[in-house]
Amino acid sequence: MEQIKERDPIIEFTNFTFQYYTQSEPTLYDINLKIYPGEKVLILGPSGSGKSTLVHCLNGLIPFAYKGEITGSLKIKGYETRDLDIFRLSKFIGTVLQDTDAQFVGLTVGEDIAFALENDNVPVDEMRKRVEEAAKLVGMEKFLKSSPFELSGGQKQRTTIAGVLVDNVDILLFDEPLANLDPATAKRAIEIIDELHKNLGKTVIIVEHRLEDVLHRPVDRVIVINEGRIVADMNPHDLVSSNILTSSGLREPLYVAALKYASVNVESKKTPGYIFTLKLDEEDKNKLKKWYKQGARNDDNDDNDKSPSNSHVPLLKIENLNFSYERGRQVLKNINLEVRKGEMISIVGKNGAGKSTFAKVLCGFVREDSGKMYFNGKDMSDMTIKERAQVIGFVMQNPNQMITKTIIYDELALGLRLRGVSEAEIEDKVKEVSKICGLYSFLKWPVSALSYGQKKRVTIASILTLDPEILILDEPTAGQDFSHYSEIIDFLDTLNSLGVTIIMITHDMHLIMEYSDRTLVFADGEIIADTQPSSVLTNMELVQRANLKETTLYTLAQIVGIDNETSFVQHFIDYDRLVRRNNARKVNFV
Amino acid sequence: MQEKLISYNTETSFIHSLSGLTKLIGFILLTSTVMYTYDIRIIVAMLIFSFALLRLAKIKFSQIKLMLIYVLVFLLINEAITFLFSPQEGVKLYGMSHEVFRFTERYVLTLEQLFYQITKFLKYISVIPLGMIFLFTTNPSELVSSLNRIGVNYKIAYAVALTLRYFPDVQKAYVDISLAQQARGIDLSRKAKFKDRFKNALLILIPLIFSTMERVEKISNAMDLRGFGKYKKRTWYTTKKFDLKDYLAISICILILIATILFSITVNQGRFYNPFR
Repeated sequence: MEQIKERDPIIEFTNFTFQYYTQSEPTLYDINLKIYPGEKVLILGPSGSGKSTLVHCLNGLIPFAYKGEITGSLKIKGYETRDLDIFRLSKFIGTVLQDTDAQFVGLTVGEDIAFALENDNVPVDEMRKRVEEAAKLVGMEKFLKSSPFELSGGQKQRTTIAGVLVDNVDILLFDEPLANLDPATAKRAIEIIDELHKNLGKTVIIVEHRLEDVLHRPVDRVIVINEGRIVADMNPHDLVSSNILTSSGLREPLYVAALKYASVNVESKKTPGYIFTLKLDEEDKNKLKKWYKQGARNDDNDDNDKSPSNSHVPLLKIENLNFSYERGRQVLKNINLEVRKGEMISIVGKNGAGKSTFAKVLCGFVREDSGKMYFNGKDMSDMTIKERAQVIGFVMQNPNQMITKTIIYDELALGLRLRGVSEAEIEDKVKEVSKICGLYSFLKWPVSALSYGQKKRVTIASILTLDPEILILDEPTAGQDFSHYSEIIDFLDTLNSLGVTIIMITHDMHLIMEYSDRTLVFADGEIIADTQPSSVLTNMELVQRANLKETTLYTLAQIVGIDNETSFVQHFIDYDRLVRRNNARKVNFV
Repeated sequence: MQEKLISYNTETSFIHSLSGLTKLIGFILLTSTVMYTYDIRIIVAMLIFSFALLRLAKIKFSQIKLMLIYVLVFLLINEAITFLFSPQEGVKLYGMSHEVFRFTERYVLTLEQLFYQITKFLKYISVIPLGMIFLFTTNPSELVSSLNRIGVNYKIAYAVALTLRYFPDVQKAYVDISLAQQARGIDLSRKAKFKDRFKNALLILIPLIFSTMERVEKISNAMDLRGFGKYKKRTWYTTKKFDLKDYLAISICILILIATILFSITVNQGRFYNPFR
């Protein structure tokens, strides 16, 4: 570290302030930050903290595409950035944007990697050579002719990284590289970034809010941004030992939360920044063991708290369901399932395992080849899409794909209006639902004035006006930071406690653990496990087949020497829920 | 489920192996030939030639069936309208009048008119296989790079490429949105009144437009960051090098055009072949 600092910084912010012309206050205040050549730095911050603005300042999209007022100085490789244009800057800094799916400009992998070279008028022969070299760096050389549809999320990301490497930049800037990736792919992405950093010696900047996932591999420094200011610039050990994460609305790593629950003093000398460097002494281990044992007893009593009703007829019953889009390629194979009223179920599995298709069959969007589905004992095969929607509501991942009206009231009323319900009745229902959803005071607002999380609520509310008994949500928390995540999911939890059965299709391990009672694992069109989340997350075979990753709690249990990892994880879940419920009682739901 | 781009098929044939630019130039030359001449003998020869090329490009009839039907319907309507608006065009052109059938005073069917309209019909028909060959055997990216190489601004050419690239995505988003909206109660079936159906379609279009705009912003940022639009020119990864085949193909096309023009000037003394004289 010391010898690095003697060199000149490659990036240097001095008293840097930025304000968008469209905003009344600056988004970044008085930033002072130096990054040195060869460093690997994580920039961490919740949504709205200003970290995306910082990314845009670095790569030149500010002021090229987004206009505003800059004061102070930002130098990259000694050049003042306001004197450079976006093209010169792009030769120093290569940006890998989030959502690699949406930025794939080529029709094949090779073409996409070549994009920057094409724009630079590189002759075709040299271009082919350089594309192949860049593809080799990320292991994509065999896929040069593949189209984006044939690639997995991880392969698309590697292609995008190669597209930046091909330009031979000094700095690699990753803007939320883990958004939209499942846990296993995210883990692999962090490994690739780490390998590139080690092998190529480039300066690497990762901007993320998923701290625990990034810390799967070491970083030199973590810079925390909140409300437009730098609130921390330290190594991961110091960071997790402080209370900066919680005070900035960021999530602590799970094992750190567990240590704190067990009253273990988390301090820098235990090197707690990464699970693989964590050093616990005997006393700490005993504290964890004691916490675990004590809990095991209490939890038993608490178990009946939220158990589903025990009526004889299941709310939803599915027998021998089969489905295929085209002959010979079966997407759902012999699905059997019973769902009881009041359950909160998570569905996990790789992309293409059949999860979304399953939801589509339930909603009647596509017709099953064979099998039976019963709702409250009634055969569903004659029900149309519209009729099914009255009992099973479906919420898409992207709220912008669902919202059709400009005023919130109209959006909530749409489903009822299309069913010819009287305006008086509609008004009553919309008011009732909007109160539950915390949207009552917004009813006359335009949808465009809402945040992403609020829009999500609007879409859920617009489905709830039809009084469905089951709500299916596709990736309800994808790409959301901790506070938006909490906002969405606490709301779902409230709905659940009001009796709505909830089924969530998700990759989010926190969501699975913290909120669902039951997890279905889909693989190759079959349900290969139907059990409690703690059992799924501690079963390495299931973890692998569902593209999840082992939780750090599992590793912690092993470090401490607790044999029954599943039960340890379960205890954490129960304890954590209790803590959150007690906190929720203190803060009234608005 | 995920299909490759609608038209392009990855066969291997002589035509496929030609550079995109060759195909574009060839297409323009041959189409010009057919458009220039009104000599039915040349047109029939070209018709046979273009169907032979279709065979050579390994394009199956089933692939072009639908398109062919559309074009035929369009052409037949076109023929009817031509007759309605200028029933004596052939007489004017060929300077003779052999009456075949008299509908009314104005609408008299003549041999000349019949001959003129058949010639025109065959002209258009022989262009279709050429267009299909071009579309079906040219990789969309190559198409774009060849457009650029004959002088189309590359930003416009790239807009074409991106449209092709994202068309399946938008299509998929449309299906998803439409299903979710149908679940909310939007009726798109024939049961609904036309006015309602139109209004309902709008309810699907709005979220589609908004989510597409989101994408467009992301793509344009990604392109800016990788230097798109930096220079007046750019190179193309998919460019195929010209080799003997390409020169040969272009030469043949040029010869055909020149031969047609020479034949017209010397033998026909004009673009029209007049058998009535």
